[in-house]
Amino acid sequence: MARQPEGPPPPPTVQKLRLRYAKRGPLRFASHRDLARALERALRRARVPMAFSAGFSPHPKISYVGAAPTGAASEAEYVEIGLAERRDPEEVRAALDASLPPGVDVLECVEATEGTGSLADRIDAARWRVELPGVSPAELAAAVAAFLAADVVTVEKRTKNGLRDVDARAAVTGASAGEEAGCAILHMVVRQVTPAVRPDDVLAALVAVADLRPPSPPRAVREAQGRLDDCGTVADPLGPDRVAGTRCQGEPAAV
Amino acid sequence: MTDAPRTVPGESLYPRLEPLLAQVQKPIQYVGGELNAQVKAWDDVAVHWALMYPDAYEVGLPNQGLMILYEVLNERPDALAERTYAVWPDLAALMREHGVGQFTVDSHRAVADFDLLGVSFATELGYTNLLEALDLAGVPLHAHHRDETHPVVVAGGHAAFNPEPIADFVDCAVLGDGEQVVGDITDVVAAWKEQGRPGGRVELLARLARVDGVYVPRFYAVSYGPDGAIAAVTRTREDVPARVGKRTVMDLDEWPYPKTPLVPLAESVHERMSVEIFRGCTRGCRFCQAGMITRPVRERTITGIGSMVDQGLRATGYEEVGLLSLSSADHSEIGQIAKQLADRYEGTNTGLSLPSTRVDAFNVTLANELSRNGRRSGLTFAPEGGSERIRRVINKTVSKDDLVRTVTTAYANGWQQVKLYFMCGLPTETDEDVLEIAELAVEVIRAGREASGRKDVRCTVSIGGFVPKPHTPFQWAGQAGAETIDSRLRLLRQAINADRRVGRSIGLRYHDGKPGIVEGLLSRGDRRVGRVIERVWREGGRFDGWSEHFSFERWTAAAAAELAPLGVDLDWYTIRERGQDEVLPWDHLDSGLDKEWLWDDWQEALSEEEVADCRWTPCYDCGVCPTNGTEIQVGPTGRSLLPLTVVGR
Repeated sequence: MARQPEGPPPPPTVQKLRLRYAKRGPLRFASHRDLARALERALRRARVPMAFSAGFSPHPKISYVGAAPTGAASEAEYVEIGLAERRDPEEVRAALDASLPPGVDVLECVEATEGTGSLADRIDAARWRVELPGVSPAELAAAVAAFLAADVVTVEKRTKNGLRDVDARAAVTGASAGEEAGCAILHMVVRQVTPAVRPDDVLAALVAVADLRPPSPPRAVREAQGRLDDCGTVADPLGPDRVAGTRCQGEPAAV
Repeated sequence: MTDAPRTVPGESLYPRLEPLLAQVQKPIQYVGGELNAQVKAWDDVAVHWALMYPDAYEVGLPNQGLMILYEVLNERPDALAERTYAVWPDLAALMREHGVGQFTVDSHRAVADFDLLGVSFATELGYTNLLEALDLAGVPLHAHHRDETHPVVVAGGHAAFNPEPIADFVDCAVLGDGEQVVGDITDVVAAWKEQGRPGGRVELLARLARVDGVYVPRFYAVSYGPDGAIAAVTRTREDVPARVGKRTVMDLDEWPYPKTPLVPLAESVHERMSVEIFRGCTRGCRFCQAGMITRPVRERTITGIGSMVDQGLRATGYEEVGLLSLSSADHSEIGQIAKQLADRYEGTNTGLSLPSTRVDAFNVTLANELSRNGRRSGLTFAPEGGSERIRRVINKTVSKDDLVRTVTTAYANGWQQVKLYFMCGLPTETDEDVLEIAELAVEVIRAGREASGRKDVRCTVSIGGFVPKPHTPFQWAGQAGAETIDSRLRLLRQAINADRRVGRSIGLRYHDGKPGIVEGLLSRGDRRVGRVIERVWREGGRFDGWSEHFSFERWTAAAAAELAPLGVDLDWYTIRERGQDEVLPWDHLDSGLDKEWLWDDWQEALSEEEVADCRWTPCYDCGVCPTNGTEIQVGPTGRSLLPLTVVGR
C-alpha cells in the first residue's frame, strides 16, 4: 500500500529559467555535487520561489547539463530551474550571484521559451583552454601537430566500469597551440561522446603521441559549450531563448 | 619540517599549494571560500589565531565550538581567526615533498605565522593529528622547544579537562566555555606584544596561566609513587593557581553564536545548521562526561532560539535546523519551541530536528510536531543500557515497558525507522544485560508491526564500547577489555539473528572494542602517555578515529615499548579499577564537581541507586554551582516567537 504525503500537491512550475555560470579560481576544485549543493542553498538564500517535486522528499526543480570535471575551471556551466512564481530573470541572476560564494558567478539568466527545445539538446561540444605551465610553446605546437596527424590516439581512462580504452582523437574537432606570457596554451574543441573525453584524456594523448609531460599540473578552463556548427564554432545554447524572448515578451515579469 | 621560502608573515601559500591540489582526493576541502568565511588583513590586527579541528575537514567544519570562536574572535577589531583542519596523508606527503607548511583554509596562511594555534578536542583520538599538524607547520612538537617566534598552542574542548597526555605538546589548555576566555587570552597576547614581548615566551605563558580557566602544564610538576600512581602534582611557580577552574558562560542569549554559520561547498558530516538551545545537563547519567563538565544547565530563551533559527537560515540556506543540546527535550519550553517553529516554517520545506533523545513518549509528540512539514523518516532514542538493572547503574532509568511503549508509539505515528543507542562494557555489566537488548529489539518490532499494521518497520541497534572518562563517577571504573566487548557483541548479534522473521527488521551497528581501549588510555592517561602518542605518530599514526587508518597493533606496541620502562602498561591505564585515595591525573583541574560527591555517586551506581535531576528536585550537592558561583538558568519565560517573513515562502 503506497502512502501519500498529506496535504495538497506542490504548486506547478510556471516559469523555467536557464542560467550560465562560471566556476573560477580555487573553486575549480569543486565537484559537480559540491556545486549542486551550493546552488540549492543559494536559491533558498536568494528567496527564489522554486517549484518542488511531489512526494515525501520534495526536491527543487533543477536540471544540470554536463558539469565540468573537478579541478577544471569553467566560464560556461548551464543549469535550468523551475519556478512556482514568475520572476524577472535578471533579478534572479543578480540575487543568486550575490548568494553564491565568490568564484561561483552567475553570468546570464534567460527565460526558457516553450517549443525551442531543451537545453541539453543544444549542447554537444565544448571549447577548452588549457594552460601548461613549464611547457614551451614550440614543444606544445609539435605535440598538437602529431596528435592532429594521427587517425586514432587510444588512451586508458578510468570509468565506472573500470579501466577502459578510449580514442581521444575522434572527439577533438580542432586543436591549436598558443602562448600567453611565456606559458603554452592548448586551445581545442571537443565533442561530447560516451565515454566522455576530457582535457585530461587529451593531455594523456599528447603524452602518447609526443611524450609531452608537463612538469606541473595543467589548468583547464571550459570557455564555451554548445552545438558545434559547420564551421567548427560552438554556438551559444541560450541563443534560441534570447531570440524568442525578444520576439514575444510574455506578461510583464513579476518582481 | 618546512624549509620553504617564506618571507612575509601572513603571506598566502596558495600559489605553491595549488599545483598539489590537482593531485589529491577531494581538493575542495583545502580551498576555503565557504559561505560566511571571513578574511581579514594580516597587518590590521595585533593578534592572529589559527583555529584547528584535528580531524578531516568534513568532520571539523560543522563543529559548533570552532565556528563560535571563529566569529567571536573575528568580531574583535584587534584580532583575526582562520581555520585549519587535518590534511589527509596524500596531501601531507606532497606538502612535505614541496616544502608547503600546514595552512589555514581561509587565506592559506602558514600556521607557523600565527600567534596562537587553538585546537578543539572533542575526542582524544585527534591527538596524533595534532602532532602531524605541528610537524607540518614546522612548529616544534614539544612545548619546551618553542620560542617566542612560535605560536602558543592552546587545547580546548571536552578532552581538555584532562590534557595531561598531551601536556608536553601544548602550551596551554582551556577548561570550559570558550566564548569569553578567548577574548581574555587575546588581551594578554596583545598587551605582551605591544610591550615588546617582555620576558619572552615564559613570561607570556605565566601571564596566560593567571587567566581564569587557563592551565599551563609546564608550571606544574608531576611526581610518581613506587606503585606507578601519581604521588603529587605541584605548581612550580607561586603566581599560578594551585587548581585551575573552568569557565562558564552564564547568559546564552548574550552569546548568539554562530550568527552566520559556515556553509561549505564540500560535503560534510552535518548537512544542516544547528542552534544550541541550552548548554549543560543535570540528568546525571554517570557515564556522560559532557553532562558532568558542562554544568549547570543554562537555557537559551525561546525568543533567542527563534531569532537564531531565523537569522541562521537566512545566512545559510540550509534546509534543516537541528535543535542542539545534551538532551533537547528537557528544555523548559521545548513544547512551545517545537510548535511555534513548526508553525513558522510550515510550507517552506524547512526541516526541524532533535538529536537523539531520551526514551520518553513526550519525545514522540515533539518529533511529530517538528516533522509536520516534511519527512518522518527516522527517530533516535538512547536508552544506553540493555537491562533495567544496568540503566539504574548508569542513572538513565526507563522501564522496559515504557521503552517498548514509546517506540511502538513512534511506529504508530508513521515513523518507519527507529534507532536505539546502547553502550557495552558498562560497570557491573554481564552478558545478560547486553542480551536483553536483543529481547527488547524483538519486542519493539513485534509490537511495532502490530501497532502500525505494517511489516516494514525497522529498528537499528547502534552499540559502542563504553570508555570511562575523567570528571565522572565512572572515572574510577575498570574499563571492559576489548575481548569482553567483542564477545558480548558477538552474542548479541547471534541473539538478534536467532529469529529471522523478526531479525531481518533489526539492524545492528557496532564498533569493535579495540579503538575504545586506545581512547581509554588517552582519556584517563597522565603525562607519561605523551610518549606513546608521539611514538605512534612517528610510526605513521594519523586519523585514529577512522577505522581505515587506526591500527590497534601500532598503539599496543608503542604502549608496551614506552610504558614498560616506567613500570606501568596499557591495562594499568584502562582495565584497572582505581581506589578512592589515588591521585588522578586531572585532580588539579577543577570542573566544579566535588570529588567526594563523585565518589559517593560511584558507590551509589554500584548499589544500583538512582539520583534525580536537580532541575526538578532539591540540589544534591555535586559542587558545581557553589564552586563556580553559577546557578541553573531555566525558564519557562512564557514568551512567544514573533511572526516573521520566512525564507522560501
